[in-house]
Amino acid sequence: MDPIQLLIICAQAGMLVNLMLIAAAYMVLAERKVAAWIQGRVGPNRVGPWGLFQSFADVFKLYLKEDVVPAAADYKFHALAPIISIAVAITIYAVIPWSGPLVTIDGHSYGLAMAPQMNVAILIILAMTSVGVYGVALAGWSSNNKYSLMGGLRSAAQMISYELSMGLAVIGVVLISGSLNLVEIINSQIANGWNIMYQPVAFLIFFVTSLAETNRAPFDLPEAEPELVGGYHTEYTGMKFGLLYLAEYASMLAAGAIMATLFLGGWDMIPFVDEAALLGLAPDSIPMVVLGHITFVSKALLMVFVFIWIRWSLPRFRYDQLMNLGWKVLLPLALANIAVTGICLLLFG
Amino acid sequence: MANVKTNTEAQRLTFWERIYLPEIARGMGLTFKQMLQPTFTRQYPEERWEPEGSYRGRPVLVLEDGKERCVACGLCSRVCPALAIEVRAAETTDDKERYPEKFEINMLRCIYCGFCEEVCPEEAIVMSKDYELVFGSQEEGILGKEKLLVPVAQLRDRLEFLRQWK
Repeated sequence: MDPIQLLIICAQAGMLVNLMLIAAAYMVLAERKVAAWIQGRVGPNRVGPWGLFQSFADVFKLYLKEDVVPAAADYKFHALAPIISIAVAITIYAVIPWSGPLVTIDGHSYGLAMAPQMNVAILIILAMTSVGVYGVALAGWSSNNKYSLMGGLRSAAQMISYELSMGLAVIGVVLISGSLNLVEIINSQIANGWNIMYQPVAFLIFFVTSLAETNRAPFDLPEAEPELVGGYHTEYTGMKFGLLYLAEYASMLAAGAIMATLFLGGWDMIPFVDEAALLGLAPDSIPMVVLGHITFVSKALLMVFVFIWIRWSLPRFRYDQLMNLGWKVLLPLALANIAVTGICLLLFG
Repeated sequence: MANVKTNTEAQRLTFWERIYLPEIARGMGLTFKQMLQPTFTRQYPEERWEPEGSYRGRPVLVLEDGKERCVACGLCSRVCPALAIEVRAAETTDDKERYPEKFEINMLRCIYCGFCEEVCPEEAIVMSKDYELVFGSQEEGILGKEKLLVPVAQLRDRLEFLRQWK
């Protein structure tokens, strides 16, 4: 790899990480605003116009806070847990095809996406969500606090149970697209229509499981503030808490982006319509790529909005209900979905 | 067990309710509608609430023609259930003969019951509309005469309310 390419990739990675962390900070604001509207309030509106700088004020405050570590906590793991959480979310960003190739330098093309052409992208995503369990479980265990430990345990059980159905839901999409490469999945959707039309059940399963994977309500048992004080992040303060918090939102955006990629057609604006021909532009021209990028991000953000909306509509599941839903409903449904998809492909594909 | 009524989820709910999804959609529709409703928030420091005459805020002494109406009879001090009022009377050459040399209300004790105002024969102590009561120290919470005297013009609403309803 020549140094110029390395430099460009580093700059690209730095930009992506910063953009995504800012996006996560702004999603915290969006969450508070939507919560306020649903509850007939106004929401944060003091810092900047419409409270737009609230996110920066929050992060700034977290940086200035004292970093309190319990005396009996395992300091190393206590410090490691938030880093794992945020690193997992950022690693997923690397494989998400945020946009098509924008510029070509020395025969290599670069877009906003880091490694969109990776041929095992889906496996990376599933592997990374499994690693994400460590962040939460370690945070819970190393705090030496019973509530935190309960949160960590719940999280481990929940994430491992729901990962299964999530993986199986993805298989339906992989069967139809015939590839693990995310860009090829998008291209097959541009050609044949979005996967949500062929795989509505898989989409539903994937949506529910990603709620559980990101620890969002109604599956937010790991934090369950009325029962567990705050769950795994009870003993975290300052920017360590901030990292855990941002990681939750970052993985929400990642989940939204994955759903946009796998089920909602990625860069495709309208199913079955060739937008490039409609607008009279070349399919790989810069305006088309930028439009596609905007479409992709809008879809991801729409899913994030639905996540937030669900949080303020539904009550939390009980632990046994959570396990029932995961093992007795979603898992058989996902298996049946694969079987039906396979048979249909065999007969009509 | 024959006379025990069972009320399991399976009996209570219809099939569509038991698969949750239509009900979840209904609930989410409700919250979305709520999102478009107007908010009830008052932007407090900018938008202040102006109470009616019936509001019982900080008790104050009525200042009329540059003098207090109070004749230092001490009834308010006597009736105060929280023992918040201290009055020391002195003599004056005016028609009313007596005036309070010292009049203190301890706002840390006051419970805003309005008994002092009710018992006052001169309408000299009334409850104002002042509800922004913040003190930097305990000493600041004990209000002397200079802080209690309020011109009668500012207390019209309350005096009219008392004349009508007391």
